[in-house]
Amino acid sequence: MATVVMKRPETLKRVITHYCPGCTHGIAHRLVAEAIDKLGIKQKVIGVASVGCSVFAYNYLDCDFVQAAHGRAPAVATGLKRVLPDSVVFTYQGDGDLASIGTAEIVHAAARGEKITVIFINNGIYGMTGGQMAPTTLVGDRTTTSPEGRDPAKAGYPIKMCELLSTLEGAAYVARASLHDPANVLKASRFVTRAFECQLERKGFAIVELLSACPTNWSLKPIDALKAVKEKMVAHYPLGEFKGGAGSEA
Amino acid sequence: MGEKVLMKGNEAIAEAAIRAGCRYFFGYPITPQNEIPEYMARRLPQVGGVFLQAESEVAAINMVYGAAAAGGRVMTSSSGPGISLKQEGLSYMAGAELPCVVVNMVRAGPGLGGIQAAQSDYFQATKGGGHGDYRLVVYGPASIQEAVDLMAHAFDVADRYRTPVMLLGDGMLGQMMEPVEFPDYQVNIPVKDWITNGASGRPARVISSIFLKPEELDAHCWAMKRKYEEIAENETRVECLGLDDADFCLVAYGTTARICRSVMEKARESGLRVGLIRPISLWPFPTNTIREVASGNVKAFLTVEMSTGQMIEDVMLAVNGKKPVHFYGKTGGMVPAPRDILAKLRVVADDPEKGRMN
Ligand SMILES: Cc1ncc(C[n+]2csc(CCOP(=O)(O)OP(=O)(O)O)c2C)c(N)n1
Ligand code: SF4
Repeated sequence: MATVVMKRPETLKRVITHYCPGCTHGIAHRLVAEAIDKLGIKQKVIGVASVGCSVFAYNYLDCDFVQAAHGRAPAVATGLKRVLPDSVVFTYQGDGDLASIGTAEIVHAAARGEKITVIFINNGIYGMTGGQMAPTTLVGDRTTTSPEGRDPAKAGYPIKMCELLSTLEGAAYVARASLHDPANVLKASRFVTRAFECQLERKGFAIVELLSACPTNWSLKPIDALKAVKEKMVAHYPLGEFKGGAGSEA
Repeated sequence: MGEKVLMKGNEAIAEAAIRAGCRYFFGYPITPQNEIPEYMARRLPQVGGVFLQAESEVAAINMVYGAAAAGGRVMTSSSGPGISLKQEGLSYMAGAELPCVVVNMVRAGPGLGGIQAAQSDYFQATKGGGHGDYRLVVYGPASIQEAVDLMAHAFDVADRYRTPVMLLGDGMLGQMMEPVEFPDYQVNIPVKDWITNGASGRPARVISSIFLKPEELDAHCWAMKRKYEEIAENETRVECLGLDDADFCLVAYGTTARICRSVMEKARESGLRVGLIRPISLWPFPTNTIREVASGNVKAFLTVEMSTGQMIEDVMLAVNGKKPVHFYGKTGGMVPAPRDILAKLRVVADDPEKGRMN
């Protein structure tokens, strides 16, 4: 008799996404869907979609969704969770959304120990608007608004959100994984599940940062984009569980 | 009806909200409305509600957005500078058709301005404020009792039409004390079959204001427009005083309307037949009432505001050139004195054409 080793998660809709070839948003969606399935929480999950390429995340994830203004997803999630404390609320945010325009909202949601789960897609660029510099863009990287490469003298340095947030007492789980190869995706999957469990255990704020590729705006082939994540991003953004995990690998 | 109690405007408004079934409050401190969040911080936990001081007004209104999406009866309050920050969220709530009540205890602007009473946020409140094709239902109570009565109504209107509603007060209304009576509310929150509370036993729902296809957004905006027409039809509120025999008509709302009422009485004692139109809903504006009065025997209108002239534009639109419209205003936190309004009335009465604004 055949055994099923892998199947499409129930929470992932059977539709074609609008993401570019080689974009890792699709992998991240799958990880979220798998975690929801595994924990059996589909009926009480409310997702908060942010402004960025993943604005239509609700077209792919089969659960209740609220679409939030740019950067405000943690505040919207706070409102949802305070009214429905037994629900499971997660935000799905890009780096422009979370680490630039929404910095206040994410920091204070973490400081309050808001019992929400945050999936943070760090692709080092503004995808949806066409490749402008993000707060997470690496020094020297060219974008449409840093055409000569990010110059720290003018544009400062990339923000390490996990390191920053893990200093806050309200943050119960803080972890960073990368989506550049299967082994790392598996690790990311564990972190995402852990971030939801943390909410179910009412421990506090939980965030997983996923280092991601944007081949389109990096002007790289999908395979080279994954290589860039592995070689350049991981070097600047150390992986591991910073807080609340089995053991820090940072 | 309960007994009369002496209360500060801000606290009475907060208590009225709780009695109207409001259980969630998200706000950020700003003078002159601090007694509202402070009262909520004390009272809401006693009734099983949630008070949360947000990190900013931007966050506060987005928490309101989330709470409304979850089906909570929710409100926030602020004043000028904070209300400016809430415009983004109000636009999103209007677009996503989410109900909430926002109290604006107006202080004088622009910028940081001052902290005394003003009516200088009329444009912002009634003309959109945030981006996009939407309307905000706005009420301008003239007494603490009226604010208390309007509070329950505001929540009902917000739920009935799935729209944000604003209570436009001012520093004076918030800070003064008056005896108030809390009616026996019948809290009647309609069944909300659109909220996002987890897709249990039903298909997943989405609350959003994004429509990237022009045809879809066009259809959405026209559907909202029809809703706004229905609101204008059903929810316009205005008080008319002494219009039967009036030669001159004052138009004022909120605190200035109270003052105009005593001006009207004084004027009548001295033989000047003066009436008063007091818009209670500022949007929808009582255009028809003013239009009818303009078609009658009134010789001129005098609009009085704590601004350099904002509502007067709506008055002039309604009067449509039929009669002269005049203006008297004080701003910066100054309240117009009855004798100055009366003096202006006499000038208008002497020659209604001279100095008309329209
Ligand atoms: C208030 C506001 N400012 C700017 C924008 C335009 N905008 C849309 S998406 C975006 C950047 C999104 O980048 P990121 O969060 O990194 O997500 P990605 O698209 O890369 O997944 C910006 C600036 C907006 N929608 N709202
Ligand atoms: S622009 Fe970048 S982030 Fe957006 S879908 Fe394409 S690859 Fe993904």
